[in-house]
Amino acid sequence: MSETFLLYSIFSLLIFIIGLYYILVTGSLIRLLIGVEIMIKAATMFLIMSGFVTGSPSRAQAFVITLIVIEVVVMVVASGVVISFYRKSRSIKTSSINNLKG
Amino acid sequence: MTTRLIRSVVGLAMVSIFISILMFRLNSPIAGVFELSVCAGLISVIFITAISFTQRITVGQYSNAKSDRMKKYWILPFLIAAVGMYLAQKKVDIKVASPVRMPEGDVQNLMWNVRHMDILGQIIILLAGAIGVVILFKHLKDKK
Repeated sequence: MSETFLLYSIFSLLIFIIGLYYILVTGSLIRLLIGVEIMIKAATMFLIMSGFVTGSPSRAQAFVITLIVIEVVVMVVASGVVISFYRKSRSIKTSSINNLKG
Repeated sequence: MTTRLIRSVVGLAMVSIFISILMFRLNSPIAGVFELSVCAGLISVIFITAISFTQRITVGQYSNAKSDRMKKYWILPFLIAAVGMYLAQKKVDIKVASPVRMPEGDVQNLMWNVRHMDILGQIIILLAGAIGVVILFKHLKDKK
């Protein structure tokens, strides 16, 4: 059981690092959202894996379903913000978001 | 640039499909179905819609952005590799405590009878998202 936990932990951690790297490196707002999505997938995988290891997959599934609903809403609203920003500034580059400096 | 973005979205969908397969293997079929239909399907559609609303950048802009990125973050892969090697050297031994087994029943019972407040929370979040999108696009409609 411990090997399974370790294996899936490493897999989740790897996906999380890929998402983090994507967020740090990219300059596009849509790619930034994709990076966030990859990191959420790592969290989802970790939840499912912990449910499997602790012997309560139903509980983990309940959490994951809630997480997926939240994820979709966040992505829809964030995509709306990106489209609105694009229509205002004609750019989706993260470097061009500097109008909120006060 | 648009092609590259769409390729990224397809890659994300592939990751979702792979994670769904793992979920099926880890005795979580309902979460796997949700992941497959919502994350691989709906979210890809949302991203492709967002990409289609935006305009492609020129080749010059793309190459400038790429060279800036390479200059700024060339150290990151080395850093991640170094941290990975350090962790591998340390031989992390994770001991899982034996869990307290609780009677929980199936997912349907758990969702509707035990964690029914989660359903209410999900409905509220969905409504909040819908209202957020309506407000975001309201000013565009007013302008027209």
